[in-house]
Amino acid sequence: MSRFGKHDGLLAREIFSEAAHEAFIRCPKLDPKGDVKALFIGHMGEAYEHQGHMGAAAADWAGLTGIPATRTESACASSGAALRAGIYATMSGLADVVMVGGVEKMTHRTTVEVTEYLAMASDYPFEQWHGITFPALFAMMATAHMHKYGTTEKQMALVAVKNHYHGSLNPKAQMQKEITLEAALSSKCVAWPLKLYDCSLITDGASCIILTKPELASKYTDMPVHIIGSGQASDSIGLYERKNLTSLNATKLAAKTAYEMANTKPKDVDLAEVHDCFTFAELMAYEDLDFCPVGESGKLIESGETRLGGSIPVNTSGGLKAKGHPVGATGTAQAYEIYLQLTGQAGKRQVKDAKTGLTLNVGGSGATSAVHIYRRDAK
Amino acid sequence: MSEQKPFTIEQFYKFLKQQKLMAGQCLKCRKIHLPPRPLCDNCFSQEFEWVEVSGKGKLLTYTIIFVAPHQFQALTPYAVGIVELENGLKIPGMLQGLTKEQLKIGMELTLDFGSCNTTQQWPQWQRYCFKP
Repeated sequence: MSRFGKHDGLLAREIFSEAAHEAFIRCPKLDPKGDVKALFIGHMGEAYEHQGHMGAAAADWAGLTGIPATRTESACASSGAALRAGIYATMSGLADVVMVGGVEKMTHRTTVEVTEYLAMASDYPFEQWHGITFPALFAMMATAHMHKYGTTEKQMALVAVKNHYHGSLNPKAQMQKEITLEAALSSKCVAWPLKLYDCSLITDGASCIILTKPELASKYTDMPVHIIGSGQASDSIGLYERKNLTSLNATKLAAKTAYEMANTKPKDVDLAEVHDCFTFAELMAYEDLDFCPVGESGKLIESGETRLGGSIPVNTSGGLKAKGHPVGATGTAQAYEIYLQLTGQAGKRQVKDAKTGLTLNVGGSGATSAVHIYRRDAK
Repeated sequence: MSEQKPFTIEQFYKFLKQQKLMAGQCLKCRKIHLPPRPLCDNCFSQEFEWVEVSGKGKLLTYTIIFVAPHQFQALTPYAVGIVELENGLKIPGMLQGLTKEQLKIGMELTLDFGSCNTTQQWPQWQRYCFKP
C-alpha cells in the first residue's frame, strides 16, 4: 500500500507502482513477470485525471504489461469488487496468481470538483439532479436512524475520535493526529447531522494484494493470509427506492454470504475494517454485520469495545476517516490492514492474537457492498 | 391516450411539465413503478399503463445541505428529503419553505411541479420540490 495522503506531482499510475513495488517485496518468492497472470484494479473516476482505461495503465506502470488487466468500477467499492474478481479468476482455474488493487488521485482537484465527481456514484435523475449530495444521502439515513433509535450526533462523533486515534498509530495514514470530541462536534456542518469531522478525507493513494489458490500460497510466501469468505451484493441505485432507510441491505446480503462461506459467526471476528465514509456509516455497519443488535450501534461505540483494546476493534488503520479514502483504493487497503494484523505486522496498533478479520467495502449510498473474511491459518 | 408513451424517466419528466405526477403500473403483476421503468423488476413484463399519483405524502427522512455542488451553491443551506406518497411510492426532492425547526419526520408535504430552469442541452428535466 502506498502512503495515503497528498501526492503532489504524481499521477494515479505512479502511485500505484509504489503499492505494487511493496507487494513484490513482501512476496520475495514471486516472479512478477512470470507468475502474475492478471490484474484487476479498482478505480472510480476518470474525471480526476482525464484518464480512463486504468487497467492497462496500472499494469503498465507496475511492469506487468502483457497480462489481461481490467478496471473494476463499483464506486467506492471498486477494489472490493476487484478483490472479488480476483477470487473468481483464481478459483476458476483461469489464473493461478493475480494482482488485485485500486488507486485514486484526488487532491489536485478542488473540494467542489471532488464533491461533484463522488456524487456520480448516486442516482442522477432523482438524486443528483435535485441537488442531493453524497453526504446528504448518508445524512438522510442518519436522520432516520436518530428518529427511530435515538442515535445521537455525539455517538457519531465518537467514531471520528476513535478512528483518528487509530490513525495516529498508522504511519501510512493521511491524518496521524488525535482529535477531541468537542472539535468533532463543533466542526462545520456539511449535511446535517453530518459535520466536517463526520466525513472521510479526500486522498491520493493506492493499494494492492497478490492472490493465489490456497494450495499454491506456500510457493510464494511464508506468511499467507487465507480469505475464507467472500460476499458481494447490490441494491437499488436510488436510496429512495429502498424499504429500509436505516440499514444497507446489500451489506446484510454480502455479510450473510461471506459468514456462511467462512463458517464463521460475527462473535468469532477479532477485528474489522468497515466502510466509514461517514461516521454514521460505521455505526450502521455494526448493525448490518451483526456486531450488535439493530438500533444499538450507538451504545456499542460508547462502550469502547470497537476501539483498540476492546473486544472487536474496528478500523484499526484509522479507517476512511483518518487513514484516508482514495475511493478506488479503499477496498484492498482494508484487506492490506487485515493482512498486517493477522500476520502480526501492525506495529503500535497490533491487535493481540488476531486470528479472524473482516472487511466491508461499500459503494455509493449502499448500492454495492463487498464483505470478505480472513484467517491467519486455513480453517 | 398515454398508453403509447414510453415508460421512461424522460417521459416521467415530460408529464411533470404538464403538471401530472405519473407512474407506470405493470399490467401483469400490477406493481406500480415510480419512476416508470420499461421492464418490470418483479415479473419482467414489458406491458404497462400510466396511473396518476397524488402529490400528497409524508416526510420519511431529511437533511439540510450546507456544502453543495457548484450549481446549487446559491441555495445553501437547503433541505432535501424522501417523501412517501400513496401506494407506498417514494420519491426524493428538495423541501422548500421550511426551517430546520419546522422539519419533522412524518409531516405532510405536497409536490410542487416546479420548473425546468436549466440552460444545458441535456437533460431538460423539471426541478420539482415539496412544500408544506
